[in-house]
Amino acid sequence: MSEMRNYTLNFGPQHPAAHGVLRLILELDGEVVERADPHIGLLHRGTEKLAESKPYSQSIGYMDRLDYVSMMCNEHAYVMAIEKMLGLKVPERAEYIRVMFDEITRIMNHLMWLGTHALDVGAMSVFLYAFRERETLIDCYEAVSGSRMHATYYRPGGVYRDLPEKMPQYLESKLRSAKKLEEINENRQGSLLDFIEDFANKFPKNIKQYSDLLTDNRIWKQRLVNIGIVSADRAKQLGFTGPMLRGSGVEWDIRKNEPYSVYEKMEFDIPIGVTGDCYDRYLVRMEELRQSTRIISQCVKWLKANPGPVMSDDHKVAPPKRGNMKDDMESMIHHFKLFTEGYCLPEGEVYSAVEHPKGEFGIYLVSDGANKPYRIKIRAPGFSHLASMDEMSKGHMLSDVVTIIGTQDIVFGEVDR
Amino acid sequence: MKQLKKQLVKAFGKNSISESFEELTLVINSEDVIDVCKQLRDDFNFSILIDLCGIDYLTYGESDWNGNASSSGFSRARQAQQSSVHKEQRFGVIYHLLSVEDNQRLRVKALLSLDNLMIQSVTNIWNSADWFEREAFDLFGILFENHTDLRRILTDYGFVGHPLRKDFPMIGEVEMRYDEELGRVVYEPVSIEPNVNVPRVIRK
Repeated sequence: MSEMRNYTLNFGPQHPAAHGVLRLILELDGEVVERADPHIGLLHRGTEKLAESKPYSQSIGYMDRLDYVSMMCNEHAYVMAIEKMLGLKVPERAEYIRVMFDEITRIMNHLMWLGTHALDVGAMSVFLYAFRERETLIDCYEAVSGSRMHATYYRPGGVYRDLPEKMPQYLESKLRSAKKLEEINENRQGSLLDFIEDFANKFPKNIKQYSDLLTDNRIWKQRLVNIGIVSADRAKQLGFTGPMLRGSGVEWDIRKNEPYSVYEKMEFDIPIGVTGDCYDRYLVRMEELRQSTRIISQCVKWLKANPGPVMSDDHKVAPPKRGNMKDDMESMIHHFKLFTEGYCLPEGEVYSAVEHPKGEFGIYLVSDGANKPYRIKIRAPGFSHLASMDEMSKGHMLSDVVTIIGTQDIVFGEVDR
Repeated sequence: MKQLKKQLVKAFGKNSISESFEELTLVINSEDVIDVCKQLRDDFNFSILIDLCGIDYLTYGESDWNGNASSSGFSRARQAQQSSVHKEQRFGVIYHLLSVEDNQRLRVKALLSLDNLMIQSVTNIWNSADWFEREAFDLFGILFENHTDLRRILTDYGFVGHPLRKDFPMIGEVEMRYDEELGRVVYEPVSIEPNVNVPRVIRK
């Protein structure tokens, strides 16, 4: 009889199913995974060290680049930490805008997850549909901040500027007919809020389209049901948060349990799973898409009825209006101090967490009273999820590893920081 | 939270608990970490270890403007900070705990000195500590006793030093390039100069 030996396979870091730069060392017995050892850090940029050398307001942009598919949620945790230390009051309209964009971001993230997860498992078309809707949401980002991904829209004290009154429209082009142009500009006739409202009205139909393609699909179920089961106790032990924890049946959502911003005024439900397998997590995230749409509709309604300021008028932290700077000495000084030195935070430490699309995203900020953070620790949800890779994939087939990477919703920007 | 504070004071004594920004911090002796964490998990329901991280207090409370700021002009923030104060307990390990059952959070802090950078690993209490401890070892050089797999995690294979320590330069110590003659990548000391655009100031 020939000698049987375990086979060690190097998976990634350049593999389309590795979601970026994951390197997995897999020990295989035939096609069954005996041990998985993820090697991370290939995208390590030293965000924490960089943030220590910069005034507070200059690090908001780094937050976008952590989890680069849910940008504004990262910013939210960061500005909340600063606001908590300064005791800064944020105008209510700004809070509503933040909640609305947090949920838009959640949908963007989940669409990205859904598309790539399905693509990894073998369903090509969902990816195309998901990215069609994601494009609409990226347009909202662009309309509000000028940037399609890295928005830097949330600032300590509010948001950078109010929502635009006019939604940008497509221009005439040789590539499309006049009829087509009218069609694609149809929902861009009003303000950004009208555009978002139109999206929120149409989106439930799209969610149905995705779930028609997947939920009862035989192949999809064969690949997901009973794969990567994590019990509620194990999920807590492994430090899971977000849909990963809820998929295992633990009812925990920071938006409900420790409401921040104006989430306590929102009506929405928290979906939880039963068995804790990949299919449950899929269902949880699909339901979250519906709930996020609900929250967006509520925000749009409120924002349409309640105009007001979107930035704190404490000019020690928030920049003064440019018009005022031209004839007001104090504004001039505020502007100068703010952009040459920044502002000092009181001595102390805070931990601020938000319900990020992937789980709990936290910022632990230590200040010694200076204009730069003394230490900033970014608690990324993906980090503890990926740490459970070994346990989740043990005893499964090689192809299930891909499903598990998909269900963990890993993005290397935040895992490696 | 008030009730939790009362219970914690009862269990660990008044001096170790502090409250700021509506958050509770429990400062413990680094030798007691296992006992305290077990107690927190079993008696206080802190079932999830949300985060574990290291911290280096070397230059805490020092600003770039102190010392000979005016004599050296714009180069003042270019030199690596030399700490004059010797800190007895320079390092710290910080645990962020969450109780899903009681909806409560707690921060636990253990301080360490440079001569003895050892602390017991809590991986057996919360399995999620595994990678977090590897990270703290990688970035600060804190050693976790009884950790089964204390390898570097975020930095490059073969990396030297602990980058988040305050005496580690921002620009790093080596740079990498491809050497055509040797036909492979080589590491060399960094050729760029450190630069700080905005000096660190502390205003009370």
